[in-house]
Amino acid sequence: MSAFNEDRLAELIGALPPAPEAWVQAAQELPVARSQFDGIVARAEADAEFRRALIADLEATLAQEGYEPQRPLLDALRRRFADS
Amino acid sequence: MSETVSAAQLVARCRDGDQEAWAALVERFSRYVYAIATQGFRFREHDAEDIFQEVFAKVYERLDSLRSDEAIQPWIAQLTRRVCVDRLRAGSREETTDETELAADPDEDAIARIDEALDVHDAMAGLPENCREILDRFFARDETYRTIGEALELPAGTIASRISRCLVKLRDELEGRKPVPAQSGGQVSV
Repeated sequence: MSAFNEDRLAELIGALPPAPEAWVQAAQELPVARSQFDGIVARAEADAEFRRALIADLEATLAQEGYEPQRPLLDALRRRFADS
Repeated sequence: MSETVSAAQLVARCRDGDQEAWAALVERFSRYVYAIATQGFRFREHDAEDIFQEVFAKVYERLDSLRSDEAIQPWIAQLTRRVCVDRLRAGSREETTDETELAADPDEDAIARIDEALDVHDAMAGLPENCREILDRFFARDETYRTIGEALELPAGTIASRISRCLVKLRDELEGRKPVPAQSGGQVSV
């Protein structure tokens, strides 16, 4: 690694600004989202009415069922039901 | 979780289902992925957010396929590049049918700087908390002396000298480290 002067260090510290907090939090909640995902998919496979409701209005159906519609969960479910 | 835990240790804990380790791993690499998308590939925030979430979803899904826990950084870098390139191509397909215009064009100088910056941020983890915070607030978060002074309860007139002293400590920390082998050119399974 090359020698560092103050200007170079300042530049490199500044080269990594924080990602938006909400993005980081959503990614950190992936394990929880995956766990919820498995439960929702299993229920949708067993319950045609629930499945139809999810496809018609994903966010509202999840909210109604007591799930917090976080982005990782919504993304995964949209991908899962995209071909439905 | 302590920032002195290595990324490789975090990977091992993630494999064991440790959610706290996963949160720490995301925190550790969040700036890196964000910087590659926004500086290396120049994506705007909306696209960068999709890329950011897709990268970490893939990391989570594929962590078991990582051959060496030590290779987590270049692995995440390659995953991010691939997601960025895929997005560029998908966007190009929507706008043009000319295949010659589909070439992804990352700013390689920016990506090299981001890799070096990550080394510097890792070195910052070895500094006292007050140094880490003041350097990050001033240089990475672009906060003013006034904002920093209010947040850290410091007289604004002392901040410049503290920053200068902390930069010296950071330089010493970096110079005390062994050189890190080049990582971005290695073969990594993605």
